[in-house]
Amino acid sequence: MSDVAGLFGGEPLLSVRDLEVQFRTDAGSTTALRGVSLDVHPGETVAVVGESGSGKSTTAAAVLGLLAANGAVTGGEILFDGQDVVRLSAAEMSRLRGAQIGLVPQDPMSNLNPVRRVGSQIVEALEDNDVARGSAAQARTVELLEEAGLPDAARRAQQYPHEFSGGMRQRALIAMGLSARPRLLVADEPTSALDVTVQRTILDGLTALTARLGVAVLLITHDLGLAAERADTVVVMYRGEVVEKGPARQILQNPQHEYTRRLIAAAPSLASRRIAIAKETGDADVAAEDLLAPSLGEGVTTATADAPAAADAGARPDTIVEVEHVTKVFKLRGRGLFSRSTDFTAVDDVSFTVPRGRTVALVGESGSGKSTVARMMLGLTEPTSGTIRFDGVDVGSGRDRAAEVTFRRRVQPIFQDPYASLDPLFTIYRTIEEPLRAHRIGTPAERRDRVHALMEDVALPTELLRRYPGELSGGQRQRVAIARALALEPELVVCDEAVSALDVVVQAQILHLLADLQSRLGLSYLFISHDLAVVRQIADVVCVMEKRRVVEQGTADDVFDDPQTAYTRTLLDAIPGRTLELGV
Amino acid sequence: MSAPEVYEVPNAPLGQGRATDEARLAGASHWRLAARRLRRNPGAIVGAAIVVVFILVAVFAPLIAPYDAGELPGRAEVRPTYIPGPSDEYLLGLDRYGADLFSQLVWGARASLLIGVLSTLFGLLGGLVLGALSGGLGGATDNVIMRFVDLLLAVPSLLLAVSIAAIAGQTPAAVVIAIGVVQVPIFARLLRGSMFAQRGQDYVLAARSLGLSKRTVTMSHVLPNSVSPVIVQATLLLATAVIEAAALSYLGLGGGSPTTAEWGRMLTSAQNELEIAPRLALWPGACIAVTALGFTLFGEALREALDPRSRKR
Amino acid sequence: MTRLILRRLALLVPTLLGLSVLLFLWVRALPGGPATALLGERATPEAVARVNELYGFDKPLIQQYVTWLGQLLQGNFGVSTRTGRPVLEEFTNRFPATIELTVVALIVAVGVAIPLGYVAARRQGRPLDHLTVVASLIGVTIPVFFLAFLLKWAFAVNLGWFPSTGRQDPTMIATHPTGFYVLDGILTREWDASWDALMHLVLPAIALGSIPLAIIARITRSSVIEVQDADYVRTARAKGLGPDRLRRRVILRNAMLPVATTIGLQVGLLLSGAVLTETVFAFPGIGSFLANAIFNLDYAVLQGFILIIAVVYALVNLVVDVSYGFIDPRTRATR
Repeated sequence: MSDVAGLFGGEPLLSVRDLEVQFRTDAGSTTALRGVSLDVHPGETVAVVGESGSGKSTTAAAVLGLLAANGAVTGGEILFDGQDVVRLSAAEMSRLRGAQIGLVPQDPMSNLNPVRRVGSQIVEALEDNDVARGSAAQARTVELLEEAGLPDAARRAQQYPHEFSGGMRQRALIAMGLSARPRLLVADEPTSALDVTVQRTILDGLTALTARLGVAVLLITHDLGLAAERADTVVVMYRGEVVEKGPARQILQNPQHEYTRRLIAAAPSLASRRIAIAKETGDADVAAEDLLAPSLGEGVTTATADAPAAADAGARPDTIVEVEHVTKVFKLRGRGLFSRSTDFTAVDDVSFTVPRGRTVALVGESGSGKSTVARMMLGLTEPTSGTIRFDGVDVGSGRDRAAEVTFRRRVQPIFQDPYASLDPLFTIYRTIEEPLRAHRIGTPAERRDRVHALMEDVALPTELLRRYPGELSGGQRQRVAIARALALEPELVVCDEAVSALDVVVQAQILHLLADLQSRLGLSYLFISHDLAVVRQIADVVCVMEKRRVVEQGTADDVFDDPQTAYTRTLLDAIPGRTLELGV
Repeated sequence: MSAPEVYEVPNAPLGQGRATDEARLAGASHWRLAARRLRRNPGAIVGAAIVVVFILVAVFAPLIAPYDAGELPGRAEVRPTYIPGPSDEYLLGLDRYGADLFSQLVWGARASLLIGVLSTLFGLLGGLVLGALSGGLGGATDNVIMRFVDLLLAVPSLLLAVSIAAIAGQTPAAVVIAIGVVQVPIFARLLRGSMFAQRGQDYVLAARSLGLSKRTVTMSHVLPNSVSPVIVQATLLLATAVIEAAALSYLGLGGGSPTTAEWGRMLTSAQNELEIAPRLALWPGACIAVTALGFTLFGEALREALDPRSRKR
Repeated sequence: MTRLILRRLALLVPTLLGLSVLLFLWVRALPGGPATALLGERATPEAVARVNELYGFDKPLIQQYVTWLGQLLQGNFGVSTRTGRPVLEEFTNRFPATIELTVVALIVAVGVAIPLGYVAARRQGRPLDHLTVVASLIGVTIPVFFLAFLLKWAFAVNLGWFPSTGRQDPTMIATHPTGFYVLDGILTREWDASWDALMHLVLPAIALGSIPLAIIARITRSSVIEVQDADYVRTARAKGLGPDRLRRRVILRNAMLPVATTIGLQVGLLLSGAVLTETVFAFPGIGSFLANAIFNLDYAVLQGFILIIAVVYALVNLVVDVSYGFIDPRTRATR
């Protein structure tokens, strides 16, 4: 770490020493941080990286003196400019905040006061930090908003937060955090709630601004790629402890700790090759071996009898899904009796095909229409015009009940949020068994065997069968959702942001599981995602959607290596850390 | 098992620590966890104790009450200006007509329990049917039902109860129907809202994608996940029903004679003797308030137990 | 904003029409039919036959309804069988008293409940908080008319601090240009009349305000507790906002949103409670008149009053909804 001191010499601006933080709960106290130490020198950017529960946000809150009411610093010290902020009184701490230490919070949607104009929220910060008052503060506010990259700042300052987009709100929050020219800015996941392209510009703006002002930054993020790209020093945290710290490049290329290595291996923004290829070349693969598990349960003869044999389906290079000129228009009902309904086009003339046994990824930002395509593919919404054919049969209107049931068995979804996609009142056993029972497959004993086999397929211990979803972790729940989707031996699985809500290491495991299941069962995937980095790992064919239309499609290699449209290039450039070299 | 999820933290976010003690109850259902939280809540214990005592008194009234309902053992001792107070023979004294106040209170518990439970059942059933139709079918059915519910809600509740009691005649059954009808729109709206919220959840979409029929999805996923707020509301409305029954009999609706053992009626007739025997009003009033308090405490605790997020409030 | 009001008023029409149909059928469904409603329970068969012919109760229902609706629209709500005066006149004579009572009750409730709820939330888990929670529970569960009894018994009958019945001392001579007695006294500079009217209001207003008070205090408390944990409060603290501004501009301002809705919802409760409270204190408003109408089964009054009250209730709710737009900027844009 000596070269860090060389770059940013002298006394650190912020020095956290052996910090311990505990939270009181009904079940006693839990230690959230243990022996955390880190330094931030003037002008330096230090990134704290970790998964949810690693204690990275707690560290940020402790530095600001804003721990939740049931939390307290129980050991160590936080020296800011040589002064221990833990020992400051509430009033002294309040003077320090804003003026000396600023904050850019995570979620732009919930961090602005909804009932006051954006401008006046900055004015009050300027006034309470004795920077400016009255009309001077108003004028300064407009300058600050302009500086943060908000166009038409004078008019925008008069608006309310709900009239702003997410990116605009985040700019306002950056202007607010830097309004009193603090010497340290704590940026807590400043862009993770935004679309990737917006993320990029906001981060560029923030980096340029803090560099110009010479503000030190404590950047909290879950994204190792982003940390390595933006920070001078990276601190890796795991379960409340610092496991490794050092210069960003050194951490990436020569990670010392086992956890850091796993994090690097899993980080989608860094691993740019498809999992299948990675497997063939024998690269580090966490989840592969155990998934070469026993084949399907033998007792399930009735289930397999009429379904096409899954195993050789992969060998047929035909097309399983054809989407042709599909458009979806929603009628937005006006409120009240006399207002007319307005049309809203969610999907506009979209066409693509899914080859059997392959993965087609639909990539786009929020509002691009990709989830509506997924719903139409699942038959949950009907297209306004155009056709979706599954195995040559029209998915849309006019199916009778029998055709409907057959279709449902062959196409299954996996949703984004594993906390919402399982019925909280069903045990895991009932959850996985439900599709079998609903379609009257097998005897109860056969169904039990099948459920056990499915649990094995998704690498979950059978002890969990008696549990309820509320008792499982996010990754475990997503595996349950996969097992349920596979119960009916579908041919097409629609994954709607299926790994977006998971931490990176778990995300990598689930992606490996999906890839492995595909090669064993000959599944076809329609993989919906906003995250190009994830898509790169799993897709054969990529369709890029922008504003309700497909703007580019091609093989994954073509799209990633030789993007044809400006939009795709913007998306690719927005992946943090893609130019960095890896040490794993 | 070569790929345990070593680095995955169990789903408890740090600093909230909710998994720690509940994890010990492996395989415990939503309802069992709720029952467990309920047992630890002092409010729930007090509320449940009041409710249990009230129910026991109502059920075993014939064993507890020294005199029959409507019996006037002290008729001879009551004079216009003097009503005998507590004595060895009459625990809480006599009332205006010479009935034993304590016995009247005990029999009154029975009347209140019957009216409260029956009217809430009536409201619950009506509300569940309307709400489930509305929330399950949606569309035009939903529109028609909700406009009807709006109509019922357009009149302040007591006036609605009064209007219904007036048509239904001067009987205790009329009171049950009147209070029940007032509750119907409350339950209907609650269940419908709850069902609509559940219908958009991913697990319901997943169930639909499994090819389950709409009926199965509604009956086995949507409804069971929507009933918690309805159950809580039913407990709270039991309190309201007891109070409203008293209010209706105070307004002279509900039938029976002046000597009928019913708390609201006792309270009403006591107001003429407020100066000479305030206890005649205090006792039945306190009985109504304490019973209502019991149901309310228990209902609030139930709400917290079923939805731990609401706990702080 | 004007469009919102017009649209809401338009939506009110079908609701009120539906209600008028229900009330029309209601009188027809009474034991003994509409003639009994007009003549009372003890009417002779001859009288009933005469009335049926006179009022057209033997005509088809649709025709009767249209006729009746036409009369309503001209302000003819029928005649009270008990007093022999037009229902509308009875209503307008008594309505100022009830408005005065409910407004004072609401002022008492809001004035006590919001500070109490706020302080309890800020001292969450301490004795004052527990006391507030328990008191508000009792406030909700104690029957309004029982509380009215207790207040009357303790402070009027026993202690004699306040008058026990009516709105004005019978010996008081005062002019009433508006019908709101407290206001009248101020307008005519008859201070003693104003004071007397106010003293008559104290006990009924406390009794009537008890339930809204308890409910508003609870909502304020839970709303403040929720808001003070919100992200934007943390961010406001992080930008160095002083405690005073934090309290007024961030916490209270946001916590008041659900409280405002709740206050609006209390109107129905106050109108129900007024029937009981006014009866206990023999307070001459629409509530006690309604209670009398119930005792005497004066259906014309019940029918007319319920319809008028529903209109008033709907208009008050409209005002509440519209004013909500001023408190929460988000609702302004979406409408």
